[in-house]
Amino acid sequence: MEAYVILKSLWWLLLGVLLMGLAIMVGMDMGVGTLLRFVGRTDTERRVALNTIGPHWDGNQVWFILGGGAIFAAFPLIYATAFSGLYVVMLLLLWTMIVRPLGFEYRSKLPGTGWRNAWDWMLFLSGFLPMVIYGAAIGNMLDGVPFHFDWDMNSHYTGSFITLFNPFAVVTGLVSLSLSIYMGGAMLMGRTEGAVYQRARKAVIGGGLIGAALFALAGIWVSFLPGYQLVAAPDPGAAQTPLQQTVTVASGAWLHNFGAHPALWLVPVLGFAGMLLGTLAAGNHKPILTWWLGALAWIGVIGTAGAAMFPFMMPSSSDPSQSLTVWNSVSSEHTLAWMTGWTAVFVPLVLWYTSWAFYVMRGKVKSETIEADEHAY
Amino acid sequence: MINGTVVALSRWQFAMTALYHFLFVPLTLGMTFLLAAMETVYVTTGKQIYRDMAQFWGKLFLINFALGVSTGLTMEFEFGTNWSFYSGFVGDIFGAPLAIEGLMAFFMESTFVGLMAFGWQRLTKVQHLIVTYLVALGSNLSALWILVANGFMQDPQGAKFNPLTMRMELHDFPALLFSPDAQDKFVHTSIAGYVTASVFVLGVSAYYMLHQRHMALAKRSFRMAALFGVLATAGVITLGDALGFVGGHAQPSKLAAMEAMWHTEAPPASFNVAAIPSQREQRNLWTLQIPCVLTPLITHTMTQTVPGVDTLEAQAVQRIKNGIPAVEALKELSGNPNDAQAMAQFDAHQADLGYGFLVQRYAPNQDVALATSGDIAKAARDVIPQVAPIFWSFRVMVAMGLLMLAFFIAAVIFTLRNDAEKHRWLLKLALWMIPVPFVACEMGWLVAELGRQPWTVYQMLPTWMAASSHSVGYMVFSLAGFLLLYSIFIAVEMYLMVKFIRLGPSAHGSESPTRGGGSAGTYAPAAMLK
Ligand code: HDD
Ligand code: HEM
Ligand code: HEM
Repeated sequence: MEAYVILKSLWWLLLGVLLMGLAIMVGMDMGVGTLLRFVGRTDTERRVALNTIGPHWDGNQVWFILGGGAIFAAFPLIYATAFSGLYVVMLLLLWTMIVRPLGFEYRSKLPGTGWRNAWDWMLFLSGFLPMVIYGAAIGNMLDGVPFHFDWDMNSHYTGSFITLFNPFAVVTGLVSLSLSIYMGGAMLMGRTEGAVYQRARKAVIGGGLIGAALFALAGIWVSFLPGYQLVAAPDPGAAQTPLQQTVTVASGAWLHNFGAHPALWLVPVLGFAGMLLGTLAAGNHKPILTWWLGALAWIGVIGTAGAAMFPFMMPSSSDPSQSLTVWNSVSSEHTLAWMTGWTAVFVPLVLWYTSWAFYVMRGKVKSETIEADEHAY
Repeated sequence: MINGTVVALSRWQFAMTALYHFLFVPLTLGMTFLLAAMETVYVTTGKQIYRDMAQFWGKLFLINFALGVSTGLTMEFEFGTNWSFYSGFVGDIFGAPLAIEGLMAFFMESTFVGLMAFGWQRLTKVQHLIVTYLVALGSNLSALWILVANGFMQDPQGAKFNPLTMRMELHDFPALLFSPDAQDKFVHTSIAGYVTASVFVLGVSAYYMLHQRHMALAKRSFRMAALFGVLATAGVITLGDALGFVGGHAQPSKLAAMEAMWHTEAPPASFNVAAIPSQREQRNLWTLQIPCVLTPLITHTMTQTVPGVDTLEAQAVQRIKNGIPAVEALKELSGNPNDAQAMAQFDAHQADLGYGFLVQRYAPNQDVALATSGDIAKAARDVIPQVAPIFWSFRVMVAMGLLMLAFFIAAVIFTLRNDAEKHRWLLKLALWMIPVPFVACEMGWLVAELGRQPWTVYQMLPTWMAASSHSVGYMVFSLAGFLLLYSIFIAVEMYLMVKFIRLGPSAHGSESPTRGGGSAGTYAPAAMLK
């Protein structure tokens, strides 16, 4: 195979890894935010919950930032088309997300109950809503988005913002929310004791079971959903625009990749196994195992969407032949080669020092320490 | 078709959100280094007071940092949400520094900032010091990469247009990274951050000295900030000159606007100290001039000609005419990439593709083939940005720079004589100086970004076609949302900042340092500061 095809496929995989990293790390913090009011009944309990991720949320959030940057660099047409097409939804995502850093940093700075309650609800909103939108965005990609291009590749979105909350997207959004609650709960189990621990454990079990059920529902739904197929297109290794291909739409076509390569069924199985075994692990008071099984579940769930759609990334429901695929929305060979080099050096480095940071801050967060220390979150 | 109101609103939104982000950025850039310096003194001398300093200023730093992070998130996605044509057009090259910024800088900055705040009890002294340095390094690396990206928009180095994919593509990565414009911008901007932090620390310390509070901490902070500040201000001025020199060569139209130079003069040209420029009449209604100064200032020679607006417009007409066939050929290639004749035509004219786009705006039905000479003249007039705001923003920035230099020199003299606290006028002035560097930074960005107009990517992509194809309603909605949120944010931030400055360091002392908890660092007992 030519180098360019390999690079294109590699970056499709790397983007997948990034979306998984984002879901696992940011999803965990957002799960803690969503659960904050429910696992913590007193102010001290809430502060305990917040301080479990206090030293890490900012570093974790960079997965989200890098998600934006990497799509920009490696799939510029996706960055351009998706984020402008999904405008109102992107704004809701951003507006809720930009409140989060302030929620962490400012909440416990002042003693007033009103002040703290207000920030608690901000943290709830900025955990809950972004995760629903994240899942719904993936659902919308499976469903197709109404957009088309001019001759110069200027994109036009022709749907309304309500269409982005179609029933299928709501289901995928809830899958994402369930998994984030699961991961947030797992983190809380690992870092807290007593009442907070017990409530977090219930959240993990609920999140895991509901997530598995909704994932199954989404799977059945997809087999009836119109899927997209490439019938004629330039060679995958050629430099191209989405104006040069022909695409057909057929019900159930998203399952074709699984038919052609039955080994791919292992990917959704991984998703189910992660959620169900993880629920068992939580039941047996094994927080660390619970966390890692949740991470596997995310890999399975996002991997399933990727495996079903490949090579499609953002199909156009209004003009299917202008759909964005791995082959036609990707960067140039030169950019991909450079980016591969930077990634090879820095991703291992990031993983190394992130693990070190978690290691330094290991152990349970105790309410006595927080109450004695007015400077914790 | 492209809606002018949408483009204007998108520009307002970007300018507003970017300028707002840059209220918090400079303080982060400079404070991280000041914190590292204070902690270095603590680790090397073992004097507790420097640890208290690092922790107190660290607290104020974190209040600012949270908003820097929030508003940065907006920026990261705003190219895609609001400048989608731009994003597709240059993503191949512009996205790379942005992604590398995340990978190399943001991860470092954000991971270690957590340890910096929460790790006082868990790390050894030296480990904590290294963590603080890594935060400083991370934030400055982030400035490097974002300014490489911005430098590309100012002077697109290392790129090549590919007609098969209809976009600019990366051609030479080192050329992109080492573009002189980007490098000078990086140094000028990050040092501007050091100036900002110095003025801030100096001002707050002066406040305590005026009220005879926390004298040990305040006097030491004052001295460190004064020394750091005088060096940084000298640096920012030197680099500002370099930036004018490099930028003047890469972007003559920005330079003409900065100097309100409507007519090309035989060298050595005179320098406008002050002027009332009129865009409509293309002349200055009033000027205050120094003869013979402009040419050596800009070119560092006495003989080179600095082109004025008239020359630049005449050149633009030629380039527009040459660019029209490039756009026509590109349209052919979009339908049929194998059209050899169109490819040959494109190759012959591609150097002026951007100018072809410029006139497309005025051409009937946006078909450049139908462009009249009247349309071309209109487009040529566009290549000169709005002179008055650029001319004046530039002068305000420079004036603030000189003002701060004078102020820092005074502060250094008094602090070295160890009697700064006796000069109440100096301390009062220090308080009044706090807004000055922020204003200078905002003015700097106005010069840089307004001066780039009418281009989003200089001479390649005009602003009028770079925006997303949203409805006016969507833009009003998003702009209103940002206005509301950002107004609340700044009010909350200012409230907390002022409150914690008023409380001062002693408010941060917990009675006894707690050990081992998985929570935040503890701050030194109040007694130690007295
Ligand atoms: C010269 C410096 C500079 C400039 C021009 C910009 N930024 Fe910035 N940015 C920083 C310097 C910085 C910083 C110093 O690294 C910040 C500021 C405060 C902070 O927390 O980090 C930051 C934060 C920050 C963050 C949050 C990072 C985190 O979580 O650590 C993002 C995503 C961006 N920025 C993105 C942008 C984009 C897309 C810009 C272009 C329009 C931009 N910034 C302009
Ligand atoms: C944080 C520092 C920055 C500030 C204060 C700033 C300021 C501005 C201002 C004032 C405008 C409006 C100009 C106009 O009226 O059209 C603008 C536009 C713009 N800037 Fe910047 N800018 C900053 C950083 C950047 C960076 C780093 C980039 C690119 C990486 C960038 C890209 C743009 C774009 C895409 C536009 C809109 C298109 C245009 O009007 O040309 N800006 N910015
Ligand atoms: C006193 C002499 C100064 C000179 C001659 C100078 C020169 C310049 C020039 C020519 C630009 C435009 C860059 C471009 O063409 O894109 C610029 C931008 C800028 N300046 Fe200054 N400057 C001075 C002082 C300052 C001071 C004191 C500060 C802040 C503390 C500052 C902060 C900035 C910033 C933030 C920018 C925008 C970023 C950039 O383009 O690098 N400058 N300056």
